Amino acid sequence: MSASDLTSESPSFDITSASHQLHRAPFEGRALKSGFLTGLTWIMAVLASVPLFSVIYMLLIEGGSRLDWEAITALPPSAFEMGGGFGNAIIGTLIMVGIATLISVPIGLFAAIYLAILDPDSKLAQTARFLAKVLTGFPSILAGVFVYAAMVVTMKSYSALAGGVALAVLMLPTIVLAAEQAMTTVPKKMKDAAFGMGCTRAQVIWQVVLPTGMPGILTGVMLAVAGAAGESAPLLFTALFSNYFLSSLTEPTASLSILIFNFSGMPYDNQIELAWAASLVLVLIVLVLNITARFIGRQKF
Amino acid sequence: MLGEPWHRIISITSTDPDRSPARHPGGDYALDRGFRGIAWTSAALILALVAYIIVEIGGKALPAIAEYGFGFLTSTTWNVQEGHFGILPEIWGTLYSSLLALILGGVFGITIAIFLTQDFLPSRLAVVFRTIIELLAAIPSVVFGLWGIYVLIPMLRPAANWLHEEFGVVPFFGTSLSGPGLAPAALVLAIMILPTVASISVDALRQIPYKVKEAAYGMGTTRWEAILKVMLPTAGSGILAALVLGFGRALGETMALAMLIGNSNQISLSLFAPANTLAALLASNFPEAGEVEVQALMYAALALLAITLVVNIVGLAAMKFATRKFEAER
Repeated sequence: MSASDLTSESPSFDITSASHQLHRAPFEGRALKSGFLTGLTWIMAVLASVPLFSVIYMLLIEGGSRLDWEAITALPPSAFEMGGGFGNAIIGTLIMVGIATLISVPIGLFAAIYLAILDPDSKLAQTARFLAKVLTGFPSILAGVFVYAAMVVTMKSYSALAGGVALAVLMLPTIVLAAEQAMTTVPKKMKDAAFGMGCTRAQVIWQVVLPTGMPGILTGVMLAVAGAAGESAPLLFTALFSNYFLSSLTEPTASLSILIFNFSGMPYDNQIELAWAASLVLVLIVLVLNITARFIGRQKF
Repeated sequence: MLGEPWHRIISITSTDPDRSPARHPGGDYALDRGFRGIAWTSAALILALVAYIIVEIGGKALPAIAEYGFGFLTSTTWNVQEGHFGILPEIWGTLYSSLLALILGGVFGITIAIFLTQDFLPSRLAVVFRTIIELLAAIPSVVFGLWGIYVLIPMLRPAANWLHEEFGVVPFFGTSLSGPGLAPAALVLAIMILPTVASISVDALRQIPYKVKEAAYGMGTTRWEAILKVMLPTAGSGILAALVLGFGRALGETMALAMLIGNSNQISLSLFAPANTLAALLASNFPEAGEVEVQALMYAALALLAITLVVNIVGLAAMKFATRKFEAER
């Protein structure tokens, strides 16, 4: 980190640029060191954004060239077959994420109501809040192991239902924490005003807190949905995979992420192209949900 | 609705919730009580879920624990035919890959956090850049795996093999990179934990009152003296929490690793050798496992659960400590 090789770097600081009168020594050792570190930070920041753009570029080039109507509607091809697509995987992903949402949103919302409003300082609330935070760092594959042990073994079959439950386990903590956060930021005077008018707690929550906190809650739910849509580890041995369209919730089910995993390791170009196209679809779904969630979250009442 | 309003207000704000329905047995209060019951049950469900997860995985692992004991954690073979199971290579691979990812992702993550909070960018651009970093976290693991196979590994291979030829005596470069291996896996892992480390560090740096930086500048520090000697130490515990939670994230990451690390049951210091992790072992062996192997895999899952729980709880404790510190100072 020697100073001499950086003479070309002209350090400019926000705080000093305003005051021209003050004497500055731009080539003093300290200033040079500061300039060097600033340059390094810029380089690292640019480097850190390279992977995202590289991934998106590859998806557009490799996946975009293969993405057509057949790809998003047809069934997966077998080993040497040409063509084909991943229509069943798109439906499978949507259905399992739907099941997971139906399970985790009501439970998460009610739990958040309890944590944020009904009894925020009780032992139960504190423990639940802590465990929800612990669960956000819970490895997704263990959700799969858990549901395998709890559901697949007893039902004796891989199923869309088991896949949905595994995703719900992963969505729940995100929803609880986001909804709690959204509800606690509702101004206290709004709640007090409603109580003052003689509302019951249920009325205050239903008619004041939930509508006011809705943007934040929706953001949390959509981020959780986006995360679940991209998950693959918990589906590996709960939903497994299927080469056919879904006909019942209790049979093995295809999903985009597992299709990508399976096809990525195959030695056939057709399958690898389809893996890229499926990745493009998956990333589009996830990014659209993510960006919408941010947009909703920004519009505060 | 409006009978005895005074009592209502008292009963609503009272900390003992069960008093109100007894005094006012009306439809509204029955609903209120039912509502409260549902909310309580939902909160309790989170506790039940965690307990159920531990009991279910632990219970299914019990036969394997009884059979292999602690030797399971220190033995190095995984042979289904002979019934020998051990996960030392996987524990090693999990810790080694996560540690490498933590060093790289940590350095970049903290730098990004400094970049975002210390007036390097106009605030609008900072929001855009923060979004770019956060969207990195949204890319599914399996897509990173695919990208790793077809972009990262071909890119790394010439450099890795050059390093191996020139500096092969250094244990880190002891093997050549033939395909999947530790280096690409750790690199992708670093990319995946970077957003976690960056966003928690950003929060930690934002918590510092502005006057602290003003005071440092007022004493004539350069920007980087203020950052390195004042801001980072002040945000220290928050940044520690960011690193620990990022480490926890890396330990449990599955798909990208299952696709990139090579699933090889060996212990090696070399960055270019294939290895395995606990999560990747579960992902690749579970779908086709027979009953005996499933029990062993459940034991491995329990080990992973224990490691990640401990790391996460330590991280959360550090984070709590960090927030408390500032609440006390204000």
